Amino acid sequence: MSSALLEVRGLKVAYGGIHAVKGVDFYIAPGELVALIGSNGAGKTTTLKTLAGLHAASSGQIHYNGLSLLHIPAHQRVAMGMALVPEGRGVFARLSVAENLLMGAYTRGDKAQIDDDLARMYALFPRLVERRDQLAGTLSGGEQQMLAMARALMSRPRLLMLDEPSMGLAPLMVKKIFETIKEVAAQGMSILLVEQNARLALQVASRGYVMESGAITLSGVSAELLGSDAVQRAYLGG
Amino acid sequence: MEIFLQQIINGLVQGSVYALVALGYTMVYGILGLINFAHGEVVMAGAMLALSALTAMIGWGAPPLLALPVSLLFAMAGCMLLGFGIERIAYRPLRHAPRLAPLITAIGVSIVLQNLAMMIWGREYHAFPQLISNHPHQIYGAIINDIQIIIVIMALLIMAALMGVVHRTRLGRSMRAVAENQHAAQLMGVDVNRVISITFMLGSALAAVAGLMVSANYGIAHYYMGFLLGLKAFTAAVLGGIGNLRGAMLGGLLLGLIESLGAGYIGDMTGGFMGSQYQDVFAFFVLIAVLVFRPSGLLGERLAERA
Repeated sequence: MSSALLEVRGLKVAYGGIHAVKGVDFYIAPGELVALIGSNGAGKTTTLKTLAGLHAASSGQIHYNGLSLLHIPAHQRVAMGMALVPEGRGVFARLSVAENLLMGAYTRGDKAQIDDDLARMYALFPRLVERRDQLAGTLSGGEQQMLAMARALMSRPRLLMLDEPSMGLAPLMVKKIFETIKEVAAQGMSILLVEQNARLALQVASRGYVMESGAITLSGVSAELLGSDAVQRAYLGG
Repeated sequence: MEIFLQQIINGLVQGSVYALVALGYTMVYGILGLINFAHGEVVMAGAMLALSALTAMIGWGAPPLLALPVSLLFAMAGCMLLGFGIERIAYRPLRHAPRLAPLITAIGVSIVLQNLAMMIWGREYHAFPQLISNHPHQIYGAIINDIQIIIVIMALLIMAALMGVVHRTRLGRSMRAVAENQHAAQLMGVDVNRVISITFMLGSALAAVAGLMVSANYGIAHYYMGFLLGLKAFTAAVLGGIGNLRGAMLGGLLLGLIESLGAGYIGDMTGGFMGSQYQDVFAFFVLIAVLVFRPSGLLGERLAERA
């Protein structure tokens, strides 16, 4: 898969004496929405954080756009077009909504384009317009998730990585967030979606990987995975 | 009444200096959760560097109105370099160490800097050249001189500029983001180490200004002058709520006023038993009182357990 936007081979991550990721391989083609599903503690978040540069890989390769990422610090990966919406959202509670969005555009220089993108984000998430001058810490969980996504999009990423975007949200808000994910994907962005809610994730993704205790145990196109007995039993409660 | 007004003026002048130094403590604490006890020594270095530059330039025949700003800039540049170096050498390797380690290191850095200064500038008190007239102005019987007016105005301008940088610029935004969540800031593309370095340099530049102000006001500079000043400015930062910029400014001005009024009236209060030489007692009385009754400070939020 030399044409892949992201290619991970034999990735192992250990920290604090725990082998959280024990050699995983996967890829994302340009424009693809790929789901990484699995139960709590399977190593999904660690994998994402390693891709973003917040954890160091113990061994293995990560190639993004043909370049090895191993020695590139987290902040430079953003400028290369990678954006992670972390688990728990990571909004800056003491910055206003508008300032959070501007932080998303931190690596970009063009003021006029940034203003355009701000307007696009407010159109995508009208709730944020009313709250633009409020401190982000005063937003509800769902609004914070919207803000975190909008903030990530402000960097104009080529690869958007989402860590448990449905976590802790009311069903209506989950629906809204996933509609936005589909919308962004339809515009051609590559997305890596990590979710515990396997059904939801596989409904929007074209392909999926199943992760269990640090290793990928199953992969395939979403429809296959949704129909597979193993996935049904383990993650879909059927 | 004249005494009261005079003490208010003295308090505002001294408080302006405390506020500038307290900002350095509080900015570093806000971003790293670290109390940089070497910060007082940076103030001393600022005074000494300014004094050396001033003496040299006057010796070359430069006019005082040129020599003074150039010396200030020289001291600011020197202190920024010093602050940058302190963070790189002493604190960065301990970024993930237990909290006690960088605290002890800070005290070590402080001692090293004092001794270095003693080797460079000697143990003696240096007279600070009289370049600006200390022509006294009468206000309702109280006296303020030109140097003191300049100190207060300059301090206010610098503080306003700093607030502008922190709240209205991209750099300030990234500083506040790093202070709140370093990982999230990295995910925005912020080079956290660079922001931390800049924070140390900004704080050190303010310290240099404060150093020059103190020595111009009292007419002396000394290798040990940073120790007590640093402790008092730290007290001011705690009083306002450490980590909070407005708190540092408020705490600085308040501490200056408390000290000055305390020194002015301690004689009356104790029936002449204690005199104004007990001035220093008040700062530390305030420190203890704040730590006991309101550890988060006047404007601080529930981060007492972090201090």
